[in-house]
Amino acid sequence: MAGTSWGRYPVPRAQRLLAVRDRDAALPEFDGTALPHGNGRSYGDSCLNDGGTLLCARGLDRFIAFDAEHGILRCEAGVLLSEILDLVVSQGWFLPVTPGTKYVTVGGAIANDVHGKNHHVAGCFSEHVIGFELLRSDGSRRWCSATENADWFAATVAGLGLTGLITWAELRLQRVRGPWLNSETHRFENLAEFFALSAASERDYEYTVAWIDCAARGSAAGRGHFIRANHAPAGDGPRPSKRRLAVPLTPPFSLINSLSLRAFNALYYHRLRGRVQHALTHYEPYFYPLDAIGGWNRLYGPRGFLQYQCVVPPAQASDALTELLARISASGSGSFLAVLKMFGERKSAGILSFPRPGATLALDFPNDGPETFALLDALDDVVAAAGGAVYAAKDARLAGARFRDYFPAWNTLQPYLDPRFSSGFWRRVTE
Amino acid sequence: MRRILIVGATSAIAEATARLFAARGDALCLVGRDASRLAAIASDLAVRGAVRTATATLEVTDYAAHADVIALAERELGGLDTVLIAHGTLSDQVECENSVDALRREYDINALSVMALLTPIANRFAQQGFGSIAVISSVAGDRGRMSNYVYGSAKAAVSAFLSGLRQRLQKSGVNVLTIKPGFVDTPMTKDFPKGALWAKPDAIAQGIVKAIDKGRSVVYLPWFWSLIMLIIRNVPEFVFKRVKL
Repeated sequence: MAGTSWGRYPVPRAQRLLAVRDRDAALPEFDGTALPHGNGRSYGDSCLNDGGTLLCARGLDRFIAFDAEHGILRCEAGVLLSEILDLVVSQGWFLPVTPGTKYVTVGGAIANDVHGKNHHVAGCFSEHVIGFELLRSDGSRRWCSATENADWFAATVAGLGLTGLITWAELRLQRVRGPWLNSETHRFENLAEFFALSAASERDYEYTVAWIDCAARGSAAGRGHFIRANHAPAGDGPRPSKRRLAVPLTPPFSLINSLSLRAFNALYYHRLRGRVQHALTHYEPYFYPLDAIGGWNRLYGPRGFLQYQCVVPPAQASDALTELLARISASGSGSFLAVLKMFGERKSAGILSFPRPGATLALDFPNDGPETFALLDALDDVVAAAGGAVYAAKDARLAGARFRDYFPAWNTLQPYLDPRFSSGFWRRVTE
Repeated sequence: MRRILIVGATSAIAEATARLFAARGDALCLVGRDASRLAAIASDLAVRGAVRTATATLEVTDYAAHADVIALAERELGGLDTVLIAHGTLSDQVECENSVDALRREYDINALSVMALLTPIANRFAQQGFGSIAVISSVAGDRGRMSNYVYGSAKAAVSAFLSGLRQRLQKSGVNVLTIKPGFVDTPMTKDFPKGALWAKPDAIAQGIVKAIDKGRSVVYLPWFWSLIMLIIRNVPEFVFKRVKL
């Protein structure tokens, strides 16, 4: 129960932490406003509540029932996706949608309507949520699903915890034959090649994603690796390494700077020999490469970092991405792992769901103060002009007007907001 | 497969320990005060692999009810070979200094009820010729300190009781384990500021299961508390009485 966010910026102030451990109990008493807080893996202030209370729900970590024949799992909202995987993979099931870390809670996955590398075939996390119980500060409880209290379902999915506390949920899992994936990594020289690879892969590959060299300039700009994969048929494969690295302490300054960044990205790009590489990969290194390094967020030093994830519509994607990458590489800032993916056409269930058709780009920036904020504002200019949006779960600095522009339906959430719930993010973008 | 009775099953350490047993396919009977929380834990353990779960509510100071609960556990699990006693309250030291009622209540819960439960269980295990008894005592029982000597001395009574019971049951093939956790981050200690010495319930649970499996007698969890308490026990009284601990 630390009550912090993953980007370590902003630093929360005057928060009171209250543990929630019993799904049948009333909410603990609190003054002012409260906000549900899962595992603190949101990057910015959407999981923080300065001057108020955090309802720390990690203690709601019990399974309720698992139907191993049909892959239906009921569990409390504080259960981590990693705990679900530990339970179900050996029984032939897998998460239907997973983000890039398995250390998020089920409640957090619903409240941010998270997406993964299979968005083009599976949509968002909420598509696989059969229902959940919502507990409000007035003590009322509602079962919310696509058919029952459907309006509450749409408000709470991607509702950033503001509509009440999700106590437990029922999820539909996907069948797999084992923990391995067949993956193919293709090197691409520019964005046009990325778009072509992506379009050619969408039908036959469940997972598609690209790593892009955000430090490359000139003719090298837009180069990267495109990785597509499917769950492997039954058989045997490599086990994930048991060795766990961890960043034991926060260095006094960011170890990620323009020098280390350019060197790493160039090396990483050329690591791939030839244009294509095939591999049989365990799901852990495939989906969660960064989870193998405990506390990697500390590498960015005491000032923390900002993650920026945007989406731009398909028609504007090429021009907008070119412009975004140009601005990022010119700044000398950026991250080791810049991720690019084409979202599919599937409609997201939540009023504030982030995924929509187009190209999504995600990357981290060390917090270098005003320079970083100015760069991100400049990226917002490009995204807004293209008619795109920025992901709230990752944000710590978006201007209110921009947010309302990106999510024009934001106001329809009003009737569903819990009058005693609020967050740093919500006050920042709506007040 | 073990057939395990856990008293105080809704405590954080007990629940974490029960999950480890469940994942191995053991059978568990959970005893506590809150029926709804017991039911939530039981269904969780069933999903995690427990072959059988049962629950029973009990106020541990209701001594007359002990026999029924033990009989229920035996009946539901088809026998009993492992018992974990994990209930307790962290006494309000200042209240106990000013109220004999509070003092007696704390002794009732933390010491007498434990001994009362163990009396029939010990006889049963001695008779059947096997069994494992594990009880959560505390490092606080190793030496009385001004900040919590009521809680500490109740735990000291439990530790001494277990020590004698261990000797007595040794030849019957019954193991008695005294568990002495240090600082553990649980709802019981939620109001304490946490430092480097604090452990998570999961880590304590792993230590408990390992100690039960190995038939250990006394275990400090995490292990470094054995060193800390060795020092604290050996500070001469003329020095100790001048220290604020």
